[in-house]
Amino acid sequence: MDVESAKVIAAGIAVGLGAIGPAIGEGVIAGMALSAIGRNPEASNKIMPFMFATMAVAESTAIYALVVALLILFVV
Amino acid sequence: MNISLAPEILFYIGKFGVSNAMLWSFVLSLVILIFTFFIRRNLKPVPGRIQAAVEIFFEGAYDFTRSVVGDDRKTKKIFPLVFTLFIFILAANMATFIPGQSALTLQTEDGVVPVFRAIMSDYGLVFLLTIIVVISTQIVAIAINGPFGYVGKYFNVKGIASFFKLAVKGEFKPGLLAQGFLDLFLGLMDVVGEIAKIVSLSFRLFGNMFAGEVLTAVMMFLAPFFVPLPFMFLGILTAVVQAFVFSVLTLIFITMASETQAVE
Repeated sequence: MDVESAKVIAAGIAVGLGAIGPAIGEGVIAGMALSAIGRNPEASNKIMPFMFATMAVAESTAIYALVVALLILFVV
Repeated sequence: MNISLAPEILFYIGKFGVSNAMLWSFVLSLVILIFTFFIRRNLKPVPGRIQAAVEIFFEGAYDFTRSVVGDDRKTKKIFPLVFTLFIFILAANMATFIPGQSALTLQTEDGVVPVFRAIMSDYGLVFLLTIIVVISTQIVAIAINGPFGYVGKYFNVKGIASFFKLAVKGEFKPGLLAQGFLDLFLGLMDVVGEIAKIVSLSFRLFGNMFAGEVLTAVMMFLAPFFVPLPFMFLGILTAVVQAFVFSVLTLIFITMASETQAVE
């Protein structure tokens, strides 16, 4: 296998595996937030901003994987 | 399809290369400044339409900031930094959706380069914003805890010192020593956490915006009409959410740094 094809495979694996955890995490966060809103609909204005903030934190590992993949593809 | 991680250089002033992201960020700052001065000069007791909209926006942001900080005096100090970051990042992200901008190109020595670029997909600028946030966080922490308290938070030798103090007196408590080493270790881990803040905060914004650009470019390449629209809508959502997240995380970092440690 030459280096170019190894790079493409590595980038694919990096994003594919790196996206599993954050996807589960964001699902849990959204589910929890929705059930909280269901219990107390008046609090939705307070819950939504924090839901987005925590989602972004959970998402960051996927973004790291994405950045690694981009570095593999375009820089290294 | 050409995707480049670094911004393209448009022209040189002396030896200093002006990139498209930099030019665009200066233009955008100028637009925001002029808009702000315009609003400020035309402030009236009975607000017009634009003033009313700006007031609602400001009040909402201020109320949200206060609900996180929980103190009016602190909020007045933190709010300008956080809100400026929010406005600038939001404007920078939304500016990528101005139609027709990607058609403008410039002929340079390195070939044809686009004049406009999504500002936050230039890592240099995002890194600069992150450094501003991290340094102001550290300054707040030093101002609140004092220089010795600040250093003591990261190199926590209080527990070990108290063990030796008791040992000199003749009381031997190994539990205290273990606790002291644990505190020292946790303090050192906090140093790692502070450094990780730089990486996580900057890569989150940069990665999201750059990925949005790449995704739109790929979709345009595959199917030029109608198919990219849902992805662009997703891009607008990301643009707003990421601006919000960056400023909220700034707010949370500074608020956490400004709280005195009551635990002794």
